[in-house]
Amino acid sequence: MIGHADKAALFAANEERTHWHDQALWFVRLKRDRQAESIPEWEALREAASAIKAHTLSRLADYLEEFERNARANGIQVHWARDGAEHNAIVHRILADRGIKRLVKSKSMLTEECHLNPYLEARGIEVTDTDLGERIVQLRREPPSHIVLPAIHLKKEDIGELFHKELGTAKGASDPNYLTEAARSHLRQKFMAAQAGLTGVNFAIAETGGFVVCTNEGNADMGTSLPPVHIGCMGVEKIVPRTKDLAVFLRLLARSATGQPVTTYTTHFHGPMRGGELHVVIVDNGRSAILGQETFRRSLSCIRCGACMNTCPVFRRSGGYSYGYTVPGPIGSLLAPLRDPSNFSSLPFASSLCGSCSDVCPVKIDLHHELYAFRQELVRQKIVPFHKRLAMAGLSWVLMRTWAYRLTGGLMRRIVPRLPRALVYGPWNPWGRQRELPQMPRESFRDLIRKEPK
Amino acid sequence: MSSRDVILAALRRNAPPASPLPQAATAITYADPETQFAEVFSSVGGKFVRVASLAEIDTELGNVESYANARNIASLVPGFGRANVDLAALKDPHQLEGIDVAIIAGEFGVAENGAVWVPGSVLGPHRAIFVVAQHLVLIVPAGEIVHTMHQAYERIRFERPGFGVFISGPSKTADIEQSLVIGAHGARSCTLFLVVERLPT
Repeated sequence: MIGHADKAALFAANEERTHWHDQALWFVRLKRDRQAESIPEWEALREAASAIKAHTLSRLADYLEEFERNARANGIQVHWARDGAEHNAIVHRILADRGIKRLVKSKSMLTEECHLNPYLEARGIEVTDTDLGERIVQLRREPPSHIVLPAIHLKKEDIGELFHKELGTAKGASDPNYLTEAARSHLRQKFMAAQAGLTGVNFAIAETGGFVVCTNEGNADMGTSLPPVHIGCMGVEKIVPRTKDLAVFLRLLARSATGQPVTTYTTHFHGPMRGGELHVVIVDNGRSAILGQETFRRSLSCIRCGACMNTCPVFRRSGGYSYGYTVPGPIGSLLAPLRDPSNFSSLPFASSLCGSCSDVCPVKIDLHHELYAFRQELVRQKIVPFHKRLAMAGLSWVLMRTWAYRLTGGLMRRIVPRLPRALVYGPWNPWGRQRELPQMPRESFRDLIRKEPK
Repeated sequence: MSSRDVILAALRRNAPPASPLPQAATAITYADPETQFAEVFSSVGGKFVRVASLAEIDTELGNVESYANARNIASLVPGFGRANVDLAALKDPHQLEGIDVAIIAGEFGVAENGAVWVPGSVLGPHRAIFVVAQHLVLIVPAGEIVHTMHQAYERIRFERPGFGVFISGPSKTADIEQSLVIGAHGARSCTLFLVVERLPT
């Protein structure tokens, strides 16, 4: 299995592009800061959001039942799926029973997680992702590299070339206005021809049995107001108890995600469109198991804003694909190994533990603490590679014994400066790969402090 | 056991200890919510115009390029605008394609984020109108600007079954190299008239 560090090295090999990626995301982070600073009660809002999520997680089953009851009263058909396979089968059955062949989708990380698109395509259904960034990566047959900015890894020239090939835009054209206009007319045809629309769910409201979808482009609105069938797919954790809780989350979401005061469209569905059908699929797919893990359950509070990715020094320099999971970045580095620890064992280490993710998280998930705890868990379960475990065991043996620490420190100060460079910077020393090691001091801190006048 | 029961049982089995819902936090209020609204609405790409009367809108609209050049105009605000599309005559929402300008009444605006609440009941026979039309004109009564989303949700009574949407400016995307482009899938422009005169109901 290729770990995060190896895939990150491939990304970072193109220094210029890595720098550009880093800067593009940092720009979004700064926009987020400006928005956060414009709200004096920002910290209280995060506190409230965190508390609402904690409360909701403690009573998820009750709130889901309440939601289901109210949704049914609104004329919404509610379906339940234990895992991705059942989710895909439910969506397919809804479409197949109605003879639907053309589906337009707005952004839904859940359906990415369940691999819905290939499942439907294999059964003869044309699936069109309609968020511009998602359409771009769909045409490239790639997954999104970021949950909010799916094509952030691409430059406009890449997209110009893609659109020239796929949509017939002028060769060499890369102006974002021109390319967006081309995508608009291409996707309008798709909207007009679609027989059903599928969306994610940002928030489902228990007390009213409705749900909210946020977009800037209006693609969710096109896809759910033209064709008569709308399917909304949600993880069990998307529920909020009351209408007024929406205020807390909507004030935080767009500001944290893209540094906007709110998304252009915040759409509330409380029933099917005239003469149409509205289905909601509620999906577990491993979430109830995460709920049972005390140390990691707060990761279920995530509202998928992507702020932790934009701020993460590792994500910005390693790109979304280095994580190999639908949700990358700090939150993905928890969610992925929670689902499959042996396949994603390198992700909790894809962090400097600087804590910036926890600082920006609008629902105050203690991301870097959980990542650290996860590393310990992986070591306990012996999922970490042997050489790493051996090194850790050796280091901890030394650090627990004052005499051993002093002895090894003294030896290193004396020996390392005399060693030939090839020996110090050999392949066995990953710390020396891209950087010069610091000069070995002649004296230890202990020696220096002893010389200080008392 | 059905999937529903399996999921609910697992969520109950694994539920953390109960924790209380928080009290509502105090939120920012603006000295002049209308000015704040106008500023934010403009910053998200919308055009804000304050007028004394509905009659004034007709004059002001003449200065709006998209309206002046429009061939097909649909108005959901009775007795106003040179509307020439009979929405009631359209059997299918797909027939909305080709509408250049839609004129819609918003219920109230939100100062902190420039959003306008548009309930489904004002959208006529086909709710898609607000997103399919090439350009959008929103009409909001002056005095109907709340400070924050907290107040907004205190006011909103969802139509059940029903529909409602906050609209904040024209549709937009920044998916190509983070360059902001106005006019993604929905309205290419969004002009808002804040009207002092009472709107006809």
